[in-house]
Amino acid sequence: METILEVNNLTMDFGGLRALDNLNIDIRKGEIVALIGPNGAGKTTFFNCITGIYSPTNGDIMISSPKAAGAQKRERINGLKPNQVTEKGMARTFQNIRLFPSMTVLENVMIGRHCRTHSGVAGAIFRNRAMVREEQSVVDDSYRILEKIGLARYVNDQAKNLPYGAQRRLEIARALATEPFLILLDEPAAGMNPQETLELDALITRIRDEEGISILLIEHDMKLVMSLSDRIFVMDYGKKIAQGTPEEIRNNPVVIKAYLGEEIDA
Amino acid sequence: MPTLSEIKKSFLVSLWFMFLTFPIMVIRVNTTEKLVLWRWENMLYIGIGSFLLSFVWRYLLWRKETGKKDTESGGTEAPPFFQRILSDRRYAIPAFVVGIVFVVIFPFVMNTYQTNIMITALMYVVLGLGLNIVVGLAGLLDLGYVAFYAVGAYTYGLLNHHFGLGFWIVLPMGAFMGAFFGLLLGFPVLRLRGDYLAIVTLGFGEIIRLILENWNEFSFGPSGIAQISRPSLFGIQLSLSNSIVYLYFVMIGMVLFTIFVVNRLQNSRIGRAWIALREDEVACQAMGIDKTRTKLTAFALGATWAGMVGVIFAAKTTFINPASFTFLESAMILAIVVLGGMGSIVGVAIAAMILILLPEYLRAFSEFRMLIFGAIMVLMMVFRPQGIVANVRRSYKFQPDKHP
Repeated sequence: METILEVNNLTMDFGGLRALDNLNIDIRKGEIVALIGPNGAGKTTFFNCITGIYSPTNGDIMISSPKAAGAQKRERINGLKPNQVTEKGMARTFQNIRLFPSMTVLENVMIGRHCRTHSGVAGAIFRNRAMVREEQSVVDDSYRILEKIGLARYVNDQAKNLPYGAQRRLEIARALATEPFLILLDEPAAGMNPQETLELDALITRIRDEEGISILLIEHDMKLVMSLSDRIFVMDYGKKIAQGTPEEIRNNPVVIKAYLGEEIDA
Repeated sequence: MPTLSEIKKSFLVSLWFMFLTFPIMVIRVNTTEKLVLWRWENMLYIGIGSFLLSFVWRYLLWRKETGKKDTESGGTEAPPFFQRILSDRRYAIPAFVVGIVFVVIFPFVMNTYQTNIMITALMYVVLGLGLNIVVGLAGLLDLGYVAFYAVGAYTYGLLNHHFGLGFWIVLPMGAFMGAFFGLLLGFPVLRLRGDYLAIVTLGFGEIIRLILENWNEFSFGPSGIAQISRPSLFGIQLSLSNSIVYLYFVMIGMVLFTIFVVNRLQNSRIGRAWIALREDEVACQAMGIDKTRTKLTAFALGATWAGMVGVIFAAKTTFINPASFTFLESAMILAIVVLGGMGSIVGVAIAAMILILLPEYLRAFSEFRMLIFGAIMVLMMVFRPQGIVANVRRSYKFQPDKHP
């Protein structure tokens, strides 16, 4: 399997605090990878670093987009702005939902199409044929994505009026609209009930199987993580402490120690 | 709703008011005759008045709350009044015809004074719509908008004074200068938002005004530029009253043009990006929208209108000086946007009309103008924080099967 994201020796300092310490992570095509770890381990910081919200202190973030070809295939994306990273093909969701609350559900997804469309000010004012066609295709594409995610019935509702689980899924829909090769999900199941979590599980698997999009997710719901992921990375205090298949991770003493603390019985 | 506890509350409010206003409303000391007058009847009026007011106030609040609950619990929100009117053909067409007739005959029926006021109001409609792009759509609080207005006015004033350039040549140049200064302001404030942005833009507005006031060689300082030529009609100079009528129609055209362009911008890819930027900057960027570019286009396209209206202003008054471009103007335009409803074109147009025409027609009450103005603002904030006409998100038509 070809590697699509390769993070080498990633380090992030906030003043004297080392939030990420020499992190090495790789994701292959068509994989669902989970990133777990106790609170404050630096998982979200890692997301922010690779999506361009923070600029890492040290290390390399390399992507090889399956869509790009030839010499450009392997690229270093450190220091790119978030919108450029999204354009390269990595889209994310947020831990605390960040939709555009007073826009409609459809418009939220249409925003995701922004970086794949081109019409400018002149096009907006004169409404030439290319612009009208592009606009209609944005609407249609967005609607199709909503249908796929199962949000079609909310299409003209304001995003803020959606039930919680639907808002989470809308974030995924919006990320899908940017045509990514890798989606980064930051705690997608947080606050969901068991039924919704089950649906999410199916949704994520479907995105991977049908679209061929790789997925990296941060999650605390161990049941979901174990059932979904092909591989798991475990972080603690900014360091990677383990990696492997769900089975390996489940029985890894280091991981158990990180989560439950050391036994004091000696 | 009118329970005993509510009456008690209002009663306490009225007691409190009577106590507070006691020194000013009841006691009057006549120093020349060394008399103290006790006007107890005033206290009674205050008591009754505040009792009733507080009652009405809380009744309205209660109604607003229950109204909100109704719409939340499944009841669909009725479409706003204007849209209801406009969507019904039976009303829309006659309303449209009446509107056009009114607009066309207005300058011929009314005197020059009225026409002049109307021109001013129309100018503020365009200014409001321009600022609406920056504040209402892109959510960038700009308190120095008047600076671009000044730039436009001085562009015409100076070019006309030195080179004798005409109105129609300078109008697009004014737009260009407005956009240019919009970018000039945009670059340094890219990283700012909210309060900080407001302060910097406020400073920018003041800087432009102070430059115009103090750079005598360039802008003739506080004495301003006089005898700017009025717009000509295909090279023909018009008489004063004719030129006012002419300017009126220029302004009508300008308003229609602005509404047309702003409406199209709002419903485009760029307009959506602006709204997304307003809603959540981080998410907007994470979804692939170039923040820098989006902000700069908002500043530039917003300032363009101010630049053009500035040119028209200079042509209308034939005299400009920095005193016309104070912070109060910015505040006024901002009030128009907020009162009208952020991002709503119809709302902004109505608010501009109200805020500019009302003070003119209420000259009889000029002493209370600010009082009424303030009261309206407070009432709006409490009862209709979304503005006169709330911006309704449009729904799209989709044919999902057409593009495989």
